[in-house]
Amino acid sequence: MLYNIDAYKDFINTQIKPSVPVIDETAVYPRVLIEKMGKAGYLTPTIPKEYGGLGLNNLEYGYFTEEVGKVCQATRALLTVHNSLVGNTISRWGSEEQKNEYLFDMSAGNKIGAFALSEPKIGSDAKSVLTTYDSQNDMYVINGKKKWISFGGIADFFIVIASKENIVSAFIVDSNLDGIAVEEMQGLLAGNGVHISQIEFSNVVVPKSKILCGEGNGLNYVVSTALDFGRYSISWGGIAIAQAALESMVTYSRKREQFGEKIYKLDAIQHMIGESTAKLHASRALCEKVANMRDQNNSNSIMETNIAKYITSKTAMEIANYAVQVHGGNGCWEEYPVEKLFREARILEIIEGTSQVQEKLIASYALRKYFRTDLYINKEI
Amino acid sequence: MELNKRVREFIEENLLVFDDEVEFSDSDNIFELGFVNSLFAMKLVSYVENNFNISVGNADLRLDNFNSIDNIVKFINSKIS
Repeated sequence: MLYNIDAYKDFINTQIKPSVPVIDETAVYPRVLIEKMGKAGYLTPTIPKEYGGLGLNNLEYGYFTEEVGKVCQATRALLTVHNSLVGNTISRWGSEEQKNEYLFDMSAGNKIGAFALSEPKIGSDAKSVLTTYDSQNDMYVINGKKKWISFGGIADFFIVIASKENIVSAFIVDSNLDGIAVEEMQGLLAGNGVHISQIEFSNVVVPKSKILCGEGNGLNYVVSTALDFGRYSISWGGIAIAQAALESMVTYSRKREQFGEKIYKLDAIQHMIGESTAKLHASRALCEKVANMRDQNNSNSIMETNIAKYITSKTAMEIANYAVQVHGGNGCWEEYPVEKLFREARILEIIEGTSQVQEKLIASYALRKYFRTDLYINKEI
Repeated sequence: MELNKRVREFIEENLLVFDDEVEFSDSDNIFELGFVNSLFAMKLVSYVENNFNISVGNADLRLDNFNSIDNIVKFINSKIS
């Protein structure tokens, strides 16, 4: 499948944009849109071409994510989960049999994947998952409950993280197996059309061939890989929201009049526009740098991706917040786009590792990276 | 630079303990000692692949390939040869 950026932008405008009001109103991501994306190759932009994906590099995927994220955060979320968390992880650690069984169908839109890590009582502390697995002959039996699973409600299969006596492993579990009960969560701040769900596994039997990346590698390799790809995708999702919020803020301020003049002339408004622009540009530059590091398989790209996710989600929140302020009452009304951008931005600071978890990881990185043995040698400290 | 020293240098750049006196031998299990976290496991794979031009596959992902300097060096040598 060949990728053409102009054709992609046209697809967003003609196919995705008209679906957004429907997604918002019904909270259902249209299967027909998934099929269209699959036909165009847009469901698996970073999966290698040999498995039906577009084979985009990290920078291309960043811009790809931003384009759609400005228009439809539900589609951005689909890419984060289906392509990045699930597709890239199977592509990296799946057996040849697993890649052949899942990646082609994921690319075509025949199968949607979801990543089942979080649980009612387990969030950031991933190593402590309470979902269990047991080996029985040539099968595994999975029991437990997952929560906050994006696209869980429509997924055809899940990557399920489970433990057995503190050994954490990952399994590819088809959603039509006996013993699986899915319940979509209601009343959430944002994420309409993302089908965020609770999933209960009661004595779900999966063949041994469905273990992903070998027993005991669920946390160190599967979860780490999935979250790394997911955080990279979220970083550009943040850029998308920040860009859309800034465009709305600027446009509104140049059209809105108060006190007999356009409000962009007010110092207070220019402060918000100036700060937002500087933060967006800095965040984008970081994402582009990280993209290049990832393409070079630089081992520091993992931590730099964490930093990008941390910064861009904060930037998205800050700019969306300013955008609401510039819009005044209209910023709090769903008739204007910034109300939704504000809600969606808030989610980015939580998913794929909260900002507080990122701060802790980044601090550990910095405490090593920026320690100088030649400083404060004869100083009393 | 000797392979053990190169690997040690990389691990020391990524330690999660910050006391000056921290020491570990080439045979110490760096994961059991709590000197590194789960993110380091991926970083280590990336480092080995990138710096020694080898590919780490599923079958290679055994803890005893990556849990000490000695084992990492042994693993790299086995792949290079």
